[in-house]
This record gives sequence, structure tokens and C-alpha cells, in this order.
Amino acid sequence: MPDTGHSAGAAPRNPGVPLDGSMFRDVRVNGPAAARRADRIGQARAVEAEHRAAWLVNAVRLVDLTTLSGDDTAGRIGRLCAKARRPLAPRIVEALGIGGLHIRVGAVCVYPTMVPHAVAALDGSGIPVASVATGFPAGLMPLDLRLREIEWAVAQGAAEIDIVITREHALRGDWAALHAEIAAMRAACGAAHMKAILATGELGTLTRVYAAAMVAMQAGADFIKTSTGKEAVNATLPVSLTMVRALRDYGTATGHRIGFKPAGGIKSAADAVLWQVLMMEELGRAWLEPDLFRFGASSMLGDIERQLDHHVTGRFGAPHRQAAS
Amino acid sequence: MGIPEIMKQMEYGPARVDPAPARDWLDRHGAQFGHFVAGAFTRPGAETLAIRDPASNVQLATVARGTAAEVAAAVEAAARAQKEWAARDGHDRARHLAALARHVERNADLLSLLGALESGTPLRELRRLDLPLMVRQFDHHAGRAAVLDEDFPGLGPWGVCAELLPADASMTVLARTVAPALAAGNAVVLKPAPRAPLTTLAFAELCAEAGLPAGLVNVVAGDAETGAALAASGGVNRIGLAGSREAGRDVRRRTAGTGMGLALELGGPLRVIVCEDADLDAALEGVAEAAWLSQGRIGRAGVRVLVAEGVEDRVVARLTARMERVIVGDPLDRNTDMGAVIDTARRDRIRDQVARARAEGATIAEGRAPEGWFHPPVLAPATAPASLLWAEGPRAPVVTVTSFRTPDEAIALANNTCDGLAAAIWSENLNLSLDLAGRMAAGVVWLNCTDALDAGVEFGGCRDSGWGRAGGDTGMRAYLRAPVVAGTHAAGDRPQTADGRGIADLPAAIEAAAASAGWSLRSGSSRADILRRVAGQMSDRRVELIAGLAEAGAPPVEAEAELETAIRRVAWYAARADRIAGRAVSTEIGAQALVMPEPLGVVGLVCPAERPLLGFVSLALPALAAGNRVVAVPSGAAPTPALELCRLFGTAGMPGGTVKVVPGPRDTLARTLARHDRVDAIWYVGPAGAMIETESAGNLKPTWIEAEGARDWMGADGQGRGFLERGTRTKAIWLPRGA
Repeated sequence: MPDTGHSAGAAPRNPGVPLDGSMFRDVRVNGPAAARRADRIGQARAVEAEHRAAWLVNAVRLVDLTTLSGDDTAGRIGRLCAKARRPLAPRIVEALGIGGLHIRVGAVCVYPTMVPHAVAALDGSGIPVASVATGFPAGLMPLDLRLREIEWAVAQGAAEIDIVITREHALRGDWAALHAEIAAMRAACGAAHMKAILATGELGTLTRVYAAAMVAMQAGADFIKTSTGKEAVNATLPVSLTMVRALRDYGTATGHRIGFKPAGGIKSAADAVLWQVLMMEELGRAWLEPDLFRFGASSMLGDIERQLDHHVTGRFGAPHRQAAS
Repeated sequence: MGIPEIMKQMEYGPARVDPAPARDWLDRHGAQFGHFVAGAFTRPGAETLAIRDPASNVQLATVARGTAAEVAAAVEAAARAQKEWAARDGHDRARHLAALARHVERNADLLSLLGALESGTPLRELRRLDLPLMVRQFDHHAGRAAVLDEDFPGLGPWGVCAELLPADASMTVLARTVAPALAAGNAVVLKPAPRAPLTTLAFAELCAEAGLPAGLVNVVAGDAETGAALAASGGVNRIGLAGSREAGRDVRRRTAGTGMGLALELGGPLRVIVCEDADLDAALEGVAEAAWLSQGRIGRAGVRVLVAEGVEDRVVARLTARMERVIVGDPLDRNTDMGAVIDTARRDRIRDQVARARAEGATIAEGRAPEGWFHPPVLAPATAPASLLWAEGPRAPVVTVTSFRTPDEAIALANNTCDGLAAAIWSENLNLSLDLAGRMAAGVVWLNCTDALDAGVEFGGCRDSGWGRAGGDTGMRAYLRAPVVAGTHAAGDRPQTADGRGIADLPAAIEAAAASAGWSLRSGSSRADILRRVAGQMSDRRVELIAGLAEAGAPPVEAEAELETAIRRVAWYAARADRIAGRAVSTEIGAQALVMPEPLGVVGLVCPAERPLLGFVSLALPALAAGNRVVAVPSGAAPTPALELCRLFGTAGMPGGTVKVVPGPRDTLARTLARHDRVDAIWYVGPAGAMIETESAGNLKPTWIEAEGARDWMGADGQGRGFLERGTRTKAIWLPRGA
């Protein structure tokens, strides 16, 4: 991990707590007000010049570089992992004076069967492999098979597991079932960190998003994550705001720090700054570190690299001048 | 700083906007400004004011200080331009206003930069809120001009309208007064605040560039004396003021008896009710936005938060944390939430209030602010109603927090103040919210939102926050007036019976009317039922009532005609009472605004001397139909018919205290009505209008003054919707939509 003076690293994991409805049943999230605050966060903070470059470099550290496609192959995973090791061209790193930071991405995120390829390709890099699991993206497989899938991915070397919740439990308000399911998944993860994907685009209201987030944390999630990237609506700022406030409230009640991962539809360098601003405004500096914040993104890194290129050269880069992944 | 260094703290860094467009504009004018009269800048005279950038304390320009002669010249130019402008058709005026909207839009940078430089308000907030609202005002009122004749048949412009502008949110206020004024066919003379005249001057120049006729928009810069000269100028037909309460009272007294139209927007703290079931994060963000991010500039004051006891601790803790993230600093930096305070005097007044509150024992938390003309955000939890901060009203950027136990108590506390501008209610229970909104003494109520404004929705206050509405139908109507009728219908003042009985009875009558709020809370249909019964009773007692009128001196034929007209008039207002309704406006921000007519409360009536029955009916019925309680001084010459009718009200089932008739010496009683703080409005027919308007400045009650004989009470002039409008004020309730 680069020395930014903020490596929280060894904080104890969230062990979870028994289902406690009092932590979310009375909480109402007002949609228009959340949308307005989200809007304001975007307008209220500007990061320019050197500072913008720094914020973009930091975003690179937070990326879960992702490929979740039916046509993924060992070769494709290898290329992605090469990019993960060296996310920015050496000339950019040199020009920015960040050689000493050894910038690399937060993790590489793949389907379970791609885990062995990724583990091999990242050997010695220190970059963790994250695997989606539990019948991603719909999650509608028998629970024992989903748990087996987690165990298999962990056995293959995945250090992080991105699980999906059963939307039906959340939509029906069957929080006990949801808590039990996620707690079982957490147990199956063992030492691997668990990110709980809420598929917020399918939950309908922010109030339900808050409740689902709280139940996932009570069941022991290390991270809460917005979307699979496969829903019609992906990570939005109002949803992120709601989840971030839920994890703040969970932290206040239990003392445990939970991470946040927006995923899907986050494509530009501007998004990279925007979501970091959201974390800074709502939670503070600690949530701009990879142990507490990740971007689920596949194409954002390219835009960040192009913008940093522009920052150091003053020229406008073309994709073919950047290393592909 | 190197990138690895920046990554340690992850600060936002500087994001200062280059004020070049504003500097260029200032340079182009040699940083010296006269007034803007008849389409051009005048040469500055000997008397000037220095305009400083409060953030840096650097002089930006010198601006002339308007003399009485200069004021007169501007008013004259306006009067000349107005005649030609009013003669144009609505379509033509609409075209000009739309062109002005586009030109303002193109020059948004210039205006917002000048605004930030002269007022210390963050540029970001001006760009986000003020400029879009300004453009929207001119677009909206271009539309209103186009259909004005159909919307308001028979009404015409006032003539020359003067507007006294505040230092904060001057562009918002400017736009919401100038746009309807011009749409209606008026010309304007603007008097900007002494500290912040540059945006107003730049706006006037834009008007000329956009092709508005010369003299339609004039600016006389200066201070309070200049404003007083404007109020005293004979050529001004209507005057609007957005400013302090002292300034409002002063203008009220100065214009008393002149017949000049008057609108007062006197601001006041925003009151915020946070219910137990509210989205607390959203609520406190709304508080932060109103008090700190927009520097309280909508009401030019701080915020009073009323919070349910069960969530008080959480709200205070989170507000404290929120306050620590407020960035106070350079208004031109895009990361600045709160800029500079416009001058050291105002900063010192804030400091002084906080210091005195601390001395009184209040525990007060403050955020951070740089040295200079800045003040940090302030939070005062556990503020009791019997405290200095409550009594004085928090100054921006002070937020007070007070707890309540029940919704009833929340309303009682919220209304325990002279303020009546705006309120916000945070609750996820729509029924409760609408109930609270209805009971709030305020002109604007935001449900689960704050600071929402739109040109199509009425904005303005009640109580000491003034009267008059900007925006919407009412705001448009305010810049129009009915043709002035010369008093030709009667011989003028009639002899008064100098019986002094009523002097002792009046205060008790007022208290009784004030205490019987039941009538005001009833539905229109229930009021209509009783008023219909009154009409029925009058028909049943035809013989006695005619005899009474005859006894008062009317020839029998006249008496019969007067009664017949009175019965029809009562029936007409009964029908209207059942049909008083508001309207729902869709706004650009995805919210519905309900614009609801509300009664004023207790209306003091001083009836004409002639037509002892019909005169009383003509004033009392519209007031009652609109839901007001009435304390009436009947015709001094013949009080009995009104007293007899009053008895019929009781027989018809009207609750006691709703109508009180107190005969006696007219102007002595009228003075008491005008001076009484529990009388919410006064309608006066008689010669002492100047006295009434002067005395009414105390609780800033709206007045309606007419000379004896100004209209024929027997004719069509004697009734109409205009009377009902006088008896109501609007409340705009904002309802955002969304899952």
C-alpha cells in the first residue's frame, strides 16, 4: 500500500450483529431531498489543477478493475492484470512525481472461473483478486450452491467476494431471511472480505435501500456495494448518499467501519472526483482509502489516464496512445 | 505542493474564478458611476459613496449618492417612458421582456461576479440560485405580459414604481419586482442598497442594450436619504421595499396618506419544524442550506429550528458535524460555502448578538472563518423562547434549536414570533405536514425542502415580515390597479354623533374577535351556509329593517332599495364564500406549489357614513366570506342599522365574537384599531387616511383607505372579487415529488 499517511489497514473486521430492526425501521429517506443533496454535492466542490491530478491519482488506487463478461478468457484476464499492475503509463507517473507511491489499482474483479487466471497473473503484485459469486448477477440459485460457489472462489485464491442479495427478501421486507442469507455467505467467505451488492436499481425506494444496507452490515458485510452493473439503473448519487449515511449510522451504533463501493455506470474522471467528494463530505478522509472505498469500474481508468496525460503534457490524448487492458 | 503531499490530506485546493468580466466592466466605466437615468449613465456629482469588496476590503468603485434633484429627474424620465410603454400592446411588451431575459442570461457571468464582489455572497450560490431565478422571472413575466388583458381585464399599470432593494439577494428581489412591473406597463426607478449598487447599475445598462425604451428602467444610487427622497417624490405611484423592519415602518409612515401603493417584504428568520418521522439528514441539510450555504439571504436572517424531543440530540449532533464542514472564505472560490459579511458593521452586529447570548448563558458552537469581514456559522442548541436569541430573532448565520413535544406545541412555538415570512416542515407524514403548513403564520411553507422559489409562485410574508406578494397571480395583480374613480357619489363627510361609548368597548370587542378563531378555521361551504341564512333572515325582517333605515333618515323608497341591494350583496358573498379556492402550480424543480388563499385574521372596518346598512354590508361581507373576523365602526351618522344586522348574524348561527359592531367617534376608534396589534388589517372609509396608515406601521398591518364618497355603494362598484382579494392573503405550500 502506498504511503499516503492514511493506511488504516489493520482495523478489525465487522463481525456483524443480530438482526436489529430498530436501526432501520423508523428511518425514512426522502427521495427529492436526497436527489437535491446529491446535486448540490456535485456543484459545491471543485477540484482543479494539481489538486485534481492528485484526486485522480487517488481514484486509481480505489478502482476495482473489472471485467464481468461472458467472453472473458485467460488471455483477456492477463491483459487486465497487466494494466492493474501498471495503471498509468510510466511517463505520466514520472511527470507527476508519484513514482514513490507505487500506484496500483485496488483489486481486479472477475467471475469465479477467472479467479485462477487472475491470481496467477497478479502473483507478487499484492493486488487482491475479487470474485463475484452467489449466482451473480441475479442471485437466484439455491442457497447451498451459492455458498459452495463462494467457498470455491475463495479456495481458488479470491481475497474478496462480491455477493448479491436476494432482491425478493428486500422487496418483501423479509429482513430476517435476508440477514440469515448474508450471514451464511459471510461465514462461507472465511478470511475473504465480503462486499454485499444490494442491486439498488431494483429496490424501488431509497428507504428500502437504507434498510437493505443496514441488514447487510448487521449480517457482517465488510463493504456495501450499489449494483452488479447489470441492472437497468446503476450507481446513482442519491443511492450512494443513502448507503453512505447507512454505514455512517452503523458505525455510530457499533463502532465498526464499513466500506462502500459504487459500481456500474461510473465511467469518467469527473465521476471519480464526484464520488470521492461525496465520501469526503459525508464521511471524511478515511473513506478515500482502498480499505473503505472502491470504484467498480471498467472504463473509468482509461479516462483518468487520459486526463492525467493532459495534465502533464497539456495535450489531449487519444485512446490508441494509451496502454489497452 | 506535490501530488504525494496533496494525497495525504486530500484537500480540495483553490478553485478561484477569475473576475475579469467584472473588472473589465468596472474599468470600462472608469470605476466611477453616476445614476442610470433615461437610458444612460449620468455624470457622478460631488457626493459619492465608496463601494468595497468585503472579502478583500479593496475599493471597487465610487458611486454617486443620489440627491433629491437627481431622484426627481429619474422619476420624471420614468414617467415619460411609462406613458409610451403602457400604450404598447402585451405582445410587444412580452417581446422586450423575453429579449431582456436572453440578454441577462448572456451576461450572467458579469452580474454574478459583480454580485459576489460587492456583496461577499459566494459566486457559486449566485450562479446556482440567483441568476437562473432572475432569467426565469423575465421569461415568466414576458408570458404574463402577453396575456395580461385577458387575465386582468379592466386593470391598468400604476405608472412609476420605485423599488428599494436590499444588499443581499438584490438580483433576486430586483427581478421579482422589475419583471412584473414592466409586464404590467409600469416604469421603474430602482434604489439599490448603498453597499451594493453595482449589479443594479449593470442590470440597467443591460436593459438599455436589450432594447428597452430609454427611461423605463432607471437607477438612483444612494443611501437611506436617497430612498426617503424617492418616497417623498410626488411622481412615484407605487413603492416596494425589501429591507429591514425599521426601514419598512419608516416608508409606511413617509408614504401615509399619499395614496401611493406600497408593498413591504421585510424578511425574518426561517422557521424549520423537524418532526420525529422526518428524514433527519435531509432536514438538517435543509437547515445548513438556508442558514449557511445561502447565508440566510432569502429572509435576510438566521434560522429557528424546532425539533421533536425524541430526535433533538441526533439533530444537534449532526448539525454540529455539518457545520464543521462549511467552508467560509473567498466568495470567488467555487468551494466557498459562505463568503464575506457585507460590512464590518453587520459582522459586528452578529458578533454582538452571539456575545450577548453567551453572556446570558447560552451554549453556542461556531465553525471556522478567516480573519476579516467574515463570520463563522453559528449553532445555538437549547434556545428557549424566553431568551435573547429567540426574542431578537437569530441573525444569519445563526441557527437556534428548540425542542417540542407535540405537533400542537410545535405550531404554538413556531408562531410565537412576529415573523411571518417562510417556514419549512420536515416529516414523512403528508397529512400532518399539510395540517402544520396550514396553521403556520407564514407566506411560504416548504414541505421537505428549503429555499424553493419560482416566478410563477407567490412569495411574501405576513405579520412583521410585511405584506404584498411577488410572483404568481397575486404578484402580477400587485403591479396593476383599477382606474381611479374621483369621489363624486356623495357630499363628502357627514356629521358624526359624538357619542363616546364605544371608546371603552372597543378593546374588549377586539379581544373577543381575536379569540374567536373558529370562523377562520371553517370551510368555505360552512361559512356560505351561515351567510345564506343571514340573507334569509334579512328578507324575513324586511319591514323592521326598512323602518330602521327610515328612522336613520332615508326616504322610504331609498330605504327599500338599500335593503334590497344589501340582501343581494349578502347572497352574492355567500355564493363566493363557497368558491374561494387556490391553485396548484407545477414548478421547474419538480415540485407542486399549492397557492392557498387565507383569511387575514381580525379586520378592523370603519364604515362609510352614508348608506348605514349597505356601507356596513359592503365591507363586512367580503371580509367575513373570506374567513375573517370583523370589528366594525358603523356609520357615525346612523349606527343602528348595522347593529341590528349584527344581531341577525347571531340568529343565523354565526359564532359569537365573529362580528363586533362598536359605534362611537369614528376617528378615535379608528386610531385604536390602527394601533392595536391584534387587528391584522384595517379598511377605512373617511378623511383620516394618513393617520390610519401612520398608526398602522406598528404591527405593519395592511390598510385599505378610501375617501368618503369615492364609490357608489348602491352600484356595481360596491361589491366584487376585488373586495374578497383584499380580505385574503396567499400562502404558497411547496410539495416536492419523488420516490
